[in-house]
Amino acid sequence: MRNTVLKSVLTALLVAGATSAFAASEDDFKAAYAAAEAANKEAGSLRNQWTTTASTLAAAKKAADSGDFDHAVAQAKEAEALAKASIFQATSEKERWKNMEIR
Amino acid sequence: MKPRSAIPVASAALALALLAFATPPVAAADTVDPAADARAFKKFFTDKFPKLKPEDFVNGPYSMNEDLHKQWEEKEQFPPYEFSLEAGKEMFSKPFKNGKSYQDCFPNKGIGIRQNYPYFDEKEGKVVTLELALNRCREANGEAPFSYVKDDMAALTAYMAFTSRGKPFDIKIPKDPRALEAYQKGKEYFYTRRGQLNFSCATCHIQSPGERIRAEVLAPALGILNAMPIYRSEWSGMGTTSRRFTTCNSQIRGVPLDPQADEYRDLEYYLSYVSNGLPISGPGARP
Repeated sequence: MRNTVLKSVLTALLVAGATSAFAASEDDFKAAYAAAEAANKEAGSLRNQWTTTASTLAAAKKAADSGDFDHAVAQAKEAEALAKASIFQATSEKERWKNMEIR
Repeated sequence: MKPRSAIPVASAALALALLAFATPPVAAADTVDPAADARAFKKFFTDKFPKLKPEDFVNGPYSMNEDLHKQWEEKEQFPPYEFSLEAGKEMFSKPFKNGKSYQDCFPNKGIGIRQNYPYFDEKEGKVVTLELALNRCREANGEAPFSYVKDDMAALTAYMAFTSRGKPFDIKIPKDPRALEAYQKGKEYFYTRRGQLNFSCATCHIQSPGERIRAEVLAPALGILNAMPIYRSEWSGMGTTSRRFTTCNSQIRGVPLDPQADEYRDLEYYLSYVSNGLPISGPGARP
């Protein structure tokens, strides 16, 4: 009986530890948000920011302000992916636009 | 990664992949020949819509659809831009606080000159649009500039367009490499895909004029600026060329630039040049 209780307590502690290792922290959010902002700034220098990047960054900030760092990190990562897609678009269109030109 | 974060990242990755394979890369000629461009541009539209007279293109979606054309004819009996036009006429003749007026800033006192805008200013080395010239006139005379997108600016440009009705667009490209560069940049902007929806101006106004996008009929790019400014039912009010460009960008989920950013000035230069010869029909009304 004592062994069983001890095992249960140890298992609970292990599970709790494992869960906290995967939960996002404020620092995780700050890092993810900074990466997204940097990518969006680069898109801005290419004159090609997307409105959805801005709204997703705002959603990330809002989630962080309410203490939901899991959601905040997820939103920041999505914003970074959107910003990177806009950079890719701007870069590839530098030559690709000619395909559509009427001649 | 949790499911709720995995889905958006995957969707962004998919968007990237679609962008990568949207169109095959093809080598293109790099010579800039505006006159040849304008000929090819007009030929494209007259071949695509052989029943239309060239001057009909300035009526935008109304030229593309018979029912809409009938609606437009009825609308023109009591045009929705009339109030703005009247306001513009009054504003144009009213002196500034220093006693001068808009008439002092423009050739021919500002009457019947719309078809010459935008022009390339060789002193500045940039394109000057009518909207920009109007605000510069205000500021030079100690008045605060107007918003570029609607209301007062739309009223002023409506009046100036009205005094040029029927006059063909006459945009010049001077022998200045900077003018040719501005034209080319405008063309590049027109054909460049942007925004999360991955649309260029050409996606709607070259590939799909006459087609519907939701409830709207898309206008042809040829003559698209001749009717500016316009009263749009969708806006419940008047809008300038700047308003059209900025809202086009936001509709495709791109962050709009400042209303008179160099890119938009160049775009207006290009689009106006390729419509040379077509009559000014502004102010206009659109659904």
